[in-house]
Amino acid sequence: MSDLPPKNYNFALELKMRLLSFFIFSMLVGIFIVFFFFALGEFIGWSINGFIPGSVIGMVLLFVALCLKIVKPEHVKPVAKFLCDNMGLFFLPAGVGIVNALEVLSQYWQAVLVACAVSTVVVIIVVASVQQWFEKHRKGAEDR
Amino acid sequence: MLPLLRSEIFILTLVIGVYLAALWLFRKTKLSLLHPLLVSIPVLAIVIHLLHIPFGEFEKGSRIISFMLGPTVVVMGYLLYEQFEQLKANAISIITAVFVGCLTGILSVVFIARYFGADHALIASLEPKSVTTPIAMSIAERSGGIPSIAAVVVIVVGIFGGIVGPFILERLGIKSRIARGLALGSAAHGLGTARAMELGAVEGAVSGLAIGVMGIMTAILVPLIEIVLGK
Repeated sequence: MSDLPPKNYNFALELKMRLLSFFIFSMLVGIFIVFFFFALGEFIGWSINGFIPGSVIGMVLLFVALCLKIVKPEHVKPVAKFLCDNMGLFFLPAGVGIVNALEVLSQYWQAVLVACAVSTVVVIIVVASVQQWFEKHRKGAEDR
Repeated sequence: MLPLLRSEIFILTLVIGVYLAALWLFRKTKLSLLHPLLVSIPVLAIVIHLLHIPFGEFEKGSRIISFMLGPTVVVMGYLLYEQFEQLKANAISIITAVFVGCLTGILSVVFIARYFGADHALIASLEPKSVTTPIAMSIAERSGGIPSIAAVVVIVVGIFGGIVGPFILERLGIKSRIARGLALGSAAHGLGTARAMELGAVEGAVSGLAIGVMGIMTAILVPLIEIVLGK
C-alpha cells in the first residue's frame, strides 16, 4: 500500500520534469560530441601547421562520423539547431571589432566594394552555368 | 560603477540584449537591409564608446559568445549530413560546379584587390567572402586576415547576393532548380539560402548543401592559392 503515490502527486508535472531533465542530459551528450570533434579537429589542424582551421576539420570529421554511423544524428541535432539558429549572436562581438579596422576600410573601400561585388556575380554565374551544363550534358547522354 | 560596466555579466547581458532588440526590429520590418547584425554592430559600438568601455575589455567580456563560433562550424557537419541525400545523385556535378565557382571567386577577389593596391591582411579578409561567417572568420584568421572585416564583408556580400542573385539567374536563363539553389548558396551563404527557399524546396535544400561544400573548399583552396600566387 505504501507504494502508492501520495494524494497530491502531480503525474503530469513529474513527467514534464523527467522529460526536461532527459532533454538537458541529451543536450549535454550532444555538446560533448561537438566539443570532442572540435578538439580533434584542432589537434589535426595543429599537426598540419594550421594549414586548414581546426574547426573546419572538426566539421568534416563530424560529417564522416555521421555517415559511418559512429555518431547518431539525433544526438547532435538539438545542439546543431541551437547553434545555427543563433549564429548571428556569436559573431556580433567580432563584428563590433570593425571599429578598429575603419582606417584600412576607408583607405581601400573601392577595392573592397569592387572585388566583392564582381566576385559575387562571378560565383553566381559560374556555379549556375557549370551545374546547368552538367545536367544538359547528362540528359544528352541518356537520350542517345 | 566603472569596474561593474566592464564585468563579464554586464557585457554579456548588453550584447545579447542589443542582439535580441535588433532581431525583433528585423522581424517587425522584414527589410533585408535592416539585417540584425548591421543594426546591432553600430549600436553596440556606440554604446561601448559612450560607456567608455575599452575594446579590449569588451572583447574579454564577450569571449564566451565568440567561443561558440568554433562549435557552430563543427555542427555544420551535421547540416551537411542532413542534406547529403541531395548530393548523392548529383555528387560529381555539384562538387565540380562549387569547386570551379570557389576557385574563380577567390582568384577574382585577389586580382581585383591587388589591382587597387590592397595589402595582404585585407585581401586575406576578403578571400572567404562567399563562405558562411563562422567559417569565413576562421579562414581569414588563419591566413593573416582580420576576422572582424571578414564578418562584416560576408554579411554585406550575403545581402547583395541574395538580392542580385535571382535577377542574374533569370537573365542567364538558368532553368535547373539545382543550379539556381547551388549558385545562391555558394555565393551568398545563409542569406542566399533564405532567398533560395522562397524559390522552392529543392532550391533551398541544395543551397543549404552548397554552404557546407563551399566552406570546406574555400578552407582548402585559400592556403593553396596563397602558395601558388605568393603573399
